[in-house]
Amino acid sequence: MANYYNDNPALRHYLNHPLMERIVSLKERDFADADKYDYAPLDFADAMDSYDKVLEVVGEICGDIIAANAEDVDHEGPRVENGHVIYAEGTKRNLEACRKAGLMGMAMPRRLGGLNFPITPYIMAADIVSRADAGFENLWGLQDCAETIYEFADEAQKEKYIPRVCAGETMSMDLTEPDAGSDLQSVMLKATERPDGTWVLNGVKRFITNGDSDIHLVLARSEEGTKDGRGLSMFIYDKRNGGVTVRRIENKMGIKGSPTCELVYKDAPAELVGSRRMGLIKYVMALMNGARLGIAAQSVGLSENAYREAIAYARDRKQFGKAIIEFPAVGEILSVMKAKLDASRALLYACSRFVDMYKVYDDIAKERKLSVEEKKEAKQFSRLADAFTPLAKGMTSEFANQNAYDCIQIHGGSGFMKDYACERIYRDSRITSIYEGTTQLQVVAAIRHVTTGTYLGWINEQSAKECLPEDQATKGTLEFMTQQYAAAVEAVTGVEDTRYVDFMARRLVEMAGYIVMGYLLLEDTTRCADFRRSLEVFVKYGQAEVAKHADFISNFTPDQLSNYTF
Amino acid sequence: MSLNIIVLAKQVPDTRNVGKDAMKADGTINRAALPAIFNPEDLNALEQALRLKEMYPGTKVTLLTMGPARAAEIVREGLYRGADGGVVLSDRAFAGSDTLATSYAISAAVRKIGDYDLIIGGRQAIDGDTAQVGPQVAEKLGLPQVTYAEEILKAENGEVLVRRRIESGVETVKAPMPVVVTVNGSAAECRPRNAKNIQKYKYAALPSEVASDEAKKELIEKRPYLQIGEWNAETVEADLSQCGLAGSPTKVKGIENVVFTAKDARRVENSDEEIEKLVKELIANHTIG
Repeated sequence: MANYYNDNPALRHYLNHPLMERIVSLKERDFADADKYDYAPLDFADAMDSYDKVLEVVGEICGDIIAANAEDVDHEGPRVENGHVIYAEGTKRNLEACRKAGLMGMAMPRRLGGLNFPITPYIMAADIVSRADAGFENLWGLQDCAETIYEFADEAQKEKYIPRVCAGETMSMDLTEPDAGSDLQSVMLKATERPDGTWVLNGVKRFITNGDSDIHLVLARSEEGTKDGRGLSMFIYDKRNGGVTVRRIENKMGIKGSPTCELVYKDAPAELVGSRRMGLIKYVMALMNGARLGIAAQSVGLSENAYREAIAYARDRKQFGKAIIEFPAVGEILSVMKAKLDASRALLYACSRFVDMYKVYDDIAKERKLSVEEKKEAKQFSRLADAFTPLAKGMTSEFANQNAYDCIQIHGGSGFMKDYACERIYRDSRITSIYEGTTQLQVVAAIRHVTTGTYLGWINEQSAKECLPEDQATKGTLEFMTQQYAAAVEAVTGVEDTRYVDFMARRLVEMAGYIVMGYLLLEDTTRCADFRRSLEVFVKYGQAEVAKHADFISNFTPDQLSNYTF
Repeated sequence: MSLNIIVLAKQVPDTRNVGKDAMKADGTINRAALPAIFNPEDLNALEQALRLKEMYPGTKVTLLTMGPARAAEIVREGLYRGADGGVVLSDRAFAGSDTLATSYAISAAVRKIGDYDLIIGGRQAIDGDTAQVGPQVAEKLGLPQVTYAEEILKAENGEVLVRRRIESGVETVKAPMPVVVTVNGSAAECRPRNAKNIQKYKYAALPSEVASDEAKKELIEKRPYLQIGEWNAETVEADLSQCGLAGSPTKVKGIENVVFTAKDARRVENSDEEIEKLVKELIANHTIG
């Protein structure tokens, strides 16, 4: 009888962020659907109430069904029969519950069968689902792919596929191949146009999450003789047509309930999405940005689960005549875990709000011309989303791994056994800093915003805002950290060697991350005093991390780079 | 072929998480300390109805509950899961009803609804644990009844096919419609609330709930599906002498906390003599009477 939404007040705190009023009014076009659909909101308060009520259902399903099935699903896993995937029993039950509850296609517009929810409450659902079972979050979260169809496919394709997703059919994004992982420009899967203008796909894909899904988005080489990303296009493969079989399912360390498939395409009929040659350059980039936000949500859910398992055990476990939580060493680990969790969530929802703002303007721009003001705002939020997405994915996934590590540490010897949930959390977390772009690739995406000042600009805006008198000292620390960061950026870029910037990039991005997350917690504290403890612990922690990086950078000379080069 | 299904549901105190303050000093339930929930086996019953609705498109599922106005929450919960409408039977005259008076009032409301093929309820409610209301409703309406149902397999050509849980296993029985079916807790769990239905029906209300809210009243007028029926003794033409305390032969003498230890069960043959023997024995050892 657990409810993973109601038992976590931080979620309502973020759902009720002041920017939501703008987001919802824009998303609902000033509530124009109210008379067209019996489930459309009447006004802002009504919309917020609906998100809240639907998230309660998510919380209930997660607490009662998905979390309860997680262990069995992890043990049983999916299997392949006759070239197709059979999910674990618990996975089937989870999917059925989500379908019956209408939690598929949450962010899709009503005319295509969706709930028309903004990204923020949708991402909140992902956060909650991941806490219950991170592996299942993959299957459920792949509904994200519908967004790419919505943004880039033609009207007939939208009307054909999106209602099916909203009704509960699952999706996959078939990108990776044996020789094309991080480097997707090398994709070889062959798309051939037949005389009647239809396409067929031939070749192999590897590491495809939920690879036996109902509706696939496939990246394939449509331009014969090309070798780079400009020869790739995006296709939809519909399982109903046949032509793709699952050769095997990978035996993974974690997220074992989520089938990771090797796929063989044999003259598989497919539909081209959008324009040829834009597959990687435009569509996959958009798809990946959505997916990265999803992984950030998955990471936050895992951090939450890790923290809760750890604190419950620390309260329960007695050594030397008292609960281990009373020992300072344990207390510190738990406090830092909580601070990282809260900071991760603050960053996740800041990012989701930025994504909401620019996406809603993009969508409105399809209906009418945006005003100069609106265009300017859309551009600002697009840039912020672009800067915050890799930062969120990178930081939250690393923190999820750290929290999973600490969760086992709190459990001591018992944590190393298979008897507690912590070992599953540890295995499930490991992938978050790898897939949808490793942390190293998130740094590559984020460093541009270090050198061009996107982060610093945002930080300075926050610094100009008033905070509560009791947080003044913490804010002073953040300002000091900002000075160190700005000096470090100047020192690194001053060398004018891109290799040097690349080498220092992770440190600079992390420094920005600590400061950004600190300011977000400062804002949270002004709205709710419950965040103060995490704010103070996190800034204390971040201050030391920023100083460490600043120290490294100021004590480093470019000639020492050779020691790190192979 | 579509069906008209009435689902009997009860709002009950959540006795599954009973704390120290669950009972008042006078031995009655402290309702304030226990959250009001949808009786669990009535949810199993609702799920059976909703599955029939999926099997037979056009089927209409109506919830019927007796209780104070706040029992409207039960109807809303049902609407969120896929029911089509509901009625709350509410009247001071029903206060203090035992199972006999309850089944009388409910059967009167069922008659008022009129058109039905199936009446489905939970086996029993977790507050009284009597399992009597369903069977009594069947008796009062002169309908056949199938108890301990686990799955309603079919409802067509004037017949239902029901798999029921019995002591030593399962059996599948056929019965003519209209029929009363009471569903066992071992049946399929009820589906979750649906996101679209929640948004569609969240303002569904009884007339008395929105009496002083003009905006809500206006909305319900515009969207009649938001109206939950609110019936009283007069609406269902109930004979007041059979309602509430007046109609309840059960008198509570006292309530005590007992730890249930008996594990043995006794089988009594289904004959008048055997039943009479059992009743006499229970009177003699003061279990009843």
